Amino acid sequence: MKVYVSRDMASVALGADDVARAFADAGCDVVRTGSRGLFSIEPLVEVETDEGRIGYGPVTPVDAAAVLARTHPARLGPVEQLPFFAAQQRFTFARCGIIDPLSLAEYGAHGGWQGLETARAQSPQAVVDAVKASGLRGRGGAGFPTGIKWQTVLDASASPKYIVCNADEGDSGTFADRMLMEGDPFCLIEGMAIAAHAVGAAHGYIYIRSEYPFAIRTMRAAIEASAHLVAPFTLEVREGAGAYVCGEETALLDSIEGKRGQVRAKPPLPALKGLFGQPTVINNVLSLAAVPFILADGADAYAAVGFGRSRGTMPVQLAGNVKHGGLYEIGFGITLGELVNDIGGGTASGRPVRAVQVGGPLGAYFPPSMFHLPFDYEAFAQAGGLIGHAGITVFDDSVDMAHMARFAMEFCAVESCGKCTPCRIGSTRGVEIMDRIIDARDGAPVRAKAADGGYLGKALYSRAPDRVDVSPDAQTALLRDLADTMKYGSLCALGGFTPYPVLSALDHFPEDFGASAPVKEAAE
Amino acid sequence: MEEFIAGWTARHGTGRDGLLPLLHAIQAEAGHIDDALVPAIARALNLSRADVHGVITFYHDFRRTAPGRHVVKLCRAESCQARGGAAMEAAAARRLGVAMGETRADGQVALEPVYCLGLCAIGPNALVDGRPVARIDAAALDRIAAEVAA
Repeated sequence: MKVYVSRDMASVALGADDVARAFADAGCDVVRTGSRGLFSIEPLVEVETDEGRIGYGPVTPVDAAAVLARTHPARLGPVEQLPFFAAQQRFTFARCGIIDPLSLAEYGAHGGWQGLETARAQSPQAVVDAVKASGLRGRGGAGFPTGIKWQTVLDASASPKYIVCNADEGDSGTFADRMLMEGDPFCLIEGMAIAAHAVGAAHGYIYIRSEYPFAIRTMRAAIEASAHLVAPFTLEVREGAGAYVCGEETALLDSIEGKRGQVRAKPPLPALKGLFGQPTVINNVLSLAAVPFILADGADAYAAVGFGRSRGTMPVQLAGNVKHGGLYEIGFGITLGELVNDIGGGTASGRPVRAVQVGGPLGAYFPPSMFHLPFDYEAFAQAGGLIGHAGITVFDDSVDMAHMARFAMEFCAVESCGKCTPCRIGSTRGVEIMDRIIDARDGAPVRAKAADGGYLGKALYSRAPDRVDVSPDAQTALLRDLADTMKYGSLCALGGFTPYPVLSALDHFPEDFGASAPVKEAAE
Repeated sequence: MEEFIAGWTARHGTGRDGLLPLLHAIQAEAGHIDDALVPAIARALNLSRADVHGVITFYHDFRRTAPGRHVVKLCRAESCQARGGAAMEAAAARRLGVAMGETRADGQVALEPVYCLGLCAIGPNALVDGRPVARIDAAALDRIAAEVAA
């Protein structure tokens, strides 16, 4: 009997290897797939039957006999008919969880390489035009139109040109890049080969963070297996080394060049002077992986889905304290509340949702009163936040938002590349301010002796700690001033966007900062 | 290690963009990158010692001293925090007898921070000697403690 068990890192972390071994020992033909993307049913086993693939989950190794006898109570039926999957629009993740990720035969049988064939039958300009017409925007977070970036590289006269895939998915709450690379690596390779044809590049790099050992292994195997199909285009994987800032595109390019991952000043744009100073397409995994669908099914089919200027689908990642966490690919325009409450099922702890952070460590915290927001680049920007890489981290009512604001500053201090002062110094000053705010709120004894008067009196800014005004109002004023400096003075998004989680926490949850201002939403 | 470096450059060339792959290879071979190797690495890739030192110290992954016999990397990022990660971090430090970011005095186990393993809906998560472990609770900590005692 044929059974399917995921080899995704998340499934393995939940025990999928042991489950797969138990079914193999029971005499089954076990196919290891990527993950379907719903972790509350993992480890998931799908059994091939006359009625199609029937899912059982979560299961443990001792359940093998009952599953094979079809008497196990965790029977889910056909997985794609579960409510979590039925309403999804899987353009990019169509094959993930279904095929053996390293089987060229299965990739081809499920529509693989059609996009590349279509592209190679067209002129480079026609391919760039198709990507432009699809409305695809950079899925890494900035949302810059992918087709326009490609056009810049196509028009550049310098040679050689490079394709670089940013797979340094460091944002907490995001895992779509990892799932795609582990579950459908040929899709990314096909997207990069199409990009290479479109701009005239001969070599590409996939920069994967070292925290993703499974993805690195799978991509390397997939590159080797498909080399003859994408030739003369060649590809290699470069492994990161634990620096979050290397997810910033210019820091990533420096890291590939063998340098410290420090941010470059822009201009020049990477499209004109990128890797080794040459014209470079640098795109996120999800941007490149969306391209095969656009070429195979047409730009119109992609652009037909979406909301406003955000066209196509977004693989949304539901994470943190959420009941049904996982990957949910859907057209833009779905509201935050639908994602968190209807699809995610609220918190895993069963307590009320208090906040969600959208877009990773640099994304804003939103209260449930803003759950009407549609998932759309512009709508989120207007609400003082960002979509980022579309990770949504859910927190229940036990969260301390001042602590989360402090963590945002602490994370920035740990990960700052050190090139610009607002980020390098500002983040450390931010941690100190948050410590004073939390101490004052908790009525902790003031760390330094509070001066009364002195010849300058209490000051917002002072090198002498005993002359600083440590009242919450004074410190939050100082925090806003610091956030302003970081936002407008930093070289890249690390320092520039750290104010988003900090200020959104302060604005939407002032009560956690010991604010004297009346609380906007009274407790029920 | 000099021969190891020479063998590596013979296979992969001496371009400066080989520095990170070479450092990864040395660490995989020796467990860490000893400061004494910096001049040899610099010579092999025609870089200054300061340049190599700068790269090694920039990246969190590269170690300049030998790690513990076992390494537990515990995620500290937001999604794991939302699922009780901070309490598990404190419990792990107590259970393993080592503070976060330190190696235990007997060299048996190191507890290190990691910021996101991409398993964000099933936290708190850890890598135990490279093996992913999800939904860490007190019972899981007991299993990890027994594993690293060996």
